[in-house]
Amino acid sequence: MIRYFREIFEGLWSLLVGLKVTGRFALAPTVTTHYPFDELEVTPNYRGHIDLVVNPKTGKDKCIVCMMCQRACPSGCITVKGEKPEGAKKKVLTEYRLDFTKCSLCGNCVEACPTSAIEFSHEYNLAGTSRHDFHYDLVERFRDRCRALGVEPKIADLTPVAPKPPES
Amino acid sequence: MIPRPDPTLETLVLNMGPQHPSTHGVLRVVLKLDGEYVLEAHPVIGYGHRMHEKMGEVRNVSGFYANVGRMDYAGALSFGHGHVLAVERMLGIEVPPRAEYIRVITTELNRIASHLLWFGAFLLDLGAFTPILYSFDDREYILDLLEHVTGARLTFSYFRVGGVNRDLDERFIQGTRVFIRRMRSRFEAYHKLVTGNVIFRKRVEGVGIISPDMIRKYGATGPVARGSGIPYDIRRVEPYSVYSELDFDIPTFPEGDCFARYRVRLAEMEQSLRIVEQALDRLPDGSVMAEKVPRKLKLGPGEVYQAVEAARGELGYYLAGDGTDVPYRLKIRPPSYSNLSLLNELASGVLLADLVAIMGSLDLVIPEIDR
Amino acid sequence: MTDVFPPDLIRLIVSFVIVVAFAFTNAAVLVLVERKICGHIQRRPGPFEVGPHGLLQTAVDGMKLMAKQMLVPRNADASLFRAAPILSFVPPIAALIVVPFARLLQVRDLDIGVLFILSLAAVNVLAILVAGWSSANKYSLFGAIRAVAQNVAYEIPLLLSLLTIVIWVGSFRMSDIVAAQGGFWFAFTPMGFVAFLVYFICGIAETNRAPFDLPEAESELTAGFHTEYAGMGFGLFFLGEYTNMLLVSAIATTLFLGGWNGPAFLTTTGTGFWATVIQTLWFLAKVYGLIVVMIWVRWTYPRVRFDQLLNFCWKILIPISMANLAVTAVWLKL
Repeated sequence: MIRYFREIFEGLWSLLVGLKVTGRFALAPTVTTHYPFDELEVTPNYRGHIDLVVNPKTGKDKCIVCMMCQRACPSGCITVKGEKPEGAKKKVLTEYRLDFTKCSLCGNCVEACPTSAIEFSHEYNLAGTSRHDFHYDLVERFRDRCRALGVEPKIADLTPVAPKPPES
Repeated sequence: MIPRPDPTLETLVLNMGPQHPSTHGVLRVVLKLDGEYVLEAHPVIGYGHRMHEKMGEVRNVSGFYANVGRMDYAGALSFGHGHVLAVERMLGIEVPPRAEYIRVITTELNRIASHLLWFGAFLLDLGAFTPILYSFDDREYILDLLEHVTGARLTFSYFRVGGVNRDLDERFIQGTRVFIRRMRSRFEAYHKLVTGNVIFRKRVEGVGIISPDMIRKYGATGPVARGSGIPYDIRRVEPYSVYSELDFDIPTFPEGDCFARYRVRLAEMEQSLRIVEQALDRLPDGSVMAEKVPRKLKLGPGEVYQAVEAARGELGYYLAGDGTDVPYRLKIRPPSYSNLSLLNELASGVLLADLVAIMGSLDLVIPEIDR
Repeated sequence: MTDVFPPDLIRLIVSFVIVVAFAFTNAAVLVLVERKICGHIQRRPGPFEVGPHGLLQTAVDGMKLMAKQMLVPRNADASLFRAAPILSFVPPIAALIVVPFARLLQVRDLDIGVLFILSLAAVNVLAILVAGWSSANKYSLFGAIRAVAQNVAYEIPLLLSLLTIVIWVGSFRMSDIVAAQGGFWFAFTPMGFVAFLVYFICGIAETNRAPFDLPEAESELTAGFHTEYAGMGFGLFFLGEYTNMLLVSAIATTLFLGGWNGPAFLTTTGTGFWATVIQTLWFLAKVYGLIVVMIWVRWTYPRVRFDQLLNFCWKILIPISMANLAVTAVWLKL
């Protein structure tokens, strides 16, 4: 009989303790961020999709078109093309395409690059209505980023930019 | 004890899953029910099958880095750890001590994150909506720390054969120390809100009792085995990496019910905090990548089996090489697969609500079972 | 005018409109309050974007629910399927007409007020049974079966605890019960407190809210009895649930917490306009205080298991409420 009542009281007490915990948390300030309005600082080590490294002074890229990244990629999402202009000694990058729909962000390409010509971008707000939205032309992105930095991009001036793939 | 129902009565077959709130992914369990009592439970797996093992046999080792984290997304680093250890063992690569310590620190943090996720999901299965938000609050700190060092929040792809791909910085070390203090102070609230709660206790005590015999029969490992009083932990019985240098306990509880498994995991979180703290104190200087790692990792000829303790139990990689840089065979032994196989025997005669509690306490990660 | 429409009929229509409007407003406010409280318990702000601090969230949600098609599953019993949501939300609204919000603010002061409310509250279980049965879904069926067993079992201690007060006052009339609490509230007497506690637990069970939300039991039965409902069908179940909460709290306030009486010196028994306002405010404050506790409880505890639920009722609540009733009866005779 005593056990019966003790069980009830202990049970009730444990329930009150639980209420106290949630009550205390309810009065504490919230811990969330109002996402589209406030954004958290993204760590500089964040690994987004890859980008070509921009030299902010000269507006040049570092790529030597060795194809190491293309070969290192386990999913085959990188396409690199280069050309040897008349009289030049080295190949020059003409096209760098990333199919981000296949990329699994392993980072093998960045590690394979002998000249550190590619880096991870910090973009995480990625959404699209078509899979073609994620076929990135990194040369085009390179030009945009150069202009954002205020330097004239000096990349792949040999050939006109390839036409965009058709929408869906 | 719950009385066993009479199987001669009319029964009902119920498909639980593949889309069901408490099967945590795409597991389908076909139930034979008599009223609310479960007579039989047949797990149907394979909805998330992505041929990871086959992919391991057509890609070279570095091509598989991204795959390992996608099997067990809750505790991805342990899967990476097993993979690189197996390759290193086969090739005889010496890993710098700093890299090993970093691996242990990040893996243990990942283990805490995995257990926190389980804690929330288990309580959600039992119908308590709030604890998952509290545990995610804590888990968020771990993910931020791991994101800072690995660059990703869930599928890390951080470990490389011969080391890790980025060194720790001071911000991570300080942040981890702050987190350890914070986490230790949070356990009190967890225990008050959940462990002591009479409704919770009634739901988990004496429910889904697994005998040590069953554990051996089905090959269950991890917190499930330790919740039945079997102190089997790869970190202790077959020490790998630098675990033999660190001081930690293997918490075991002999009862074998859902509550024992719950307590094992909570105690393990505290032990993992101890491991991280010690490893941070002892963290040696030096390189994080072995110097003599060949560009082309030629495997074998030969075979190797490397087991590590993942958050859910023994994770084994069996690797056979034929002298090329692509493995001849890569077999993965995920812990949840064996743990799930307990379900049918456990489920007969329990209530539907208990089945949900049992499945929650086994801590199943379905993509790891399907692979 | 009065020749065509008898004043009583006009009074009835006006009261009906007010009561229905009140029930709808109450549900809209409570949905928001619940989401806000739940959010803050979980350390997040809850709805925040629609209107200042998310105040208009329920209005928008309501519009969305009304705009959605009400789907009827192919194998369902269509007429029963459509009738169930209405069945779930009309009785609690009808029961509100005997609730004394203030001394004069009561639609009908029936001399069997308590009985009237209880008999209407019992219809709730029928709604869930009909919904679960007609859905032709196994999960819904389980929800319905659970609801019937649960509500029938919990009706007994609920009645016993209310009976304690009824024999104390000697009347089923709501106004008599409130008047008897002019000096002290029953919840602050030993027997009254036990009865109040039992009643409150049963009230949570009767409204099928966590930790007794077995007919819904999200993690076990997906959504239980309303799995197949979409659009306003689902919305009406929601409305019914919140009106039921209001009703349960209103009965608790009337029978145990002094109804529209305020604490000792802040009370008024007048019949003027301002007295009515003050009485209504006291009544609503107590009702919503209880509702907040119900919400708080919901977001704190895990769900009980089915057999434990019934054990708890038959082995703890019923013996206690019976003993309480017996003690009260003896004490009243002495």
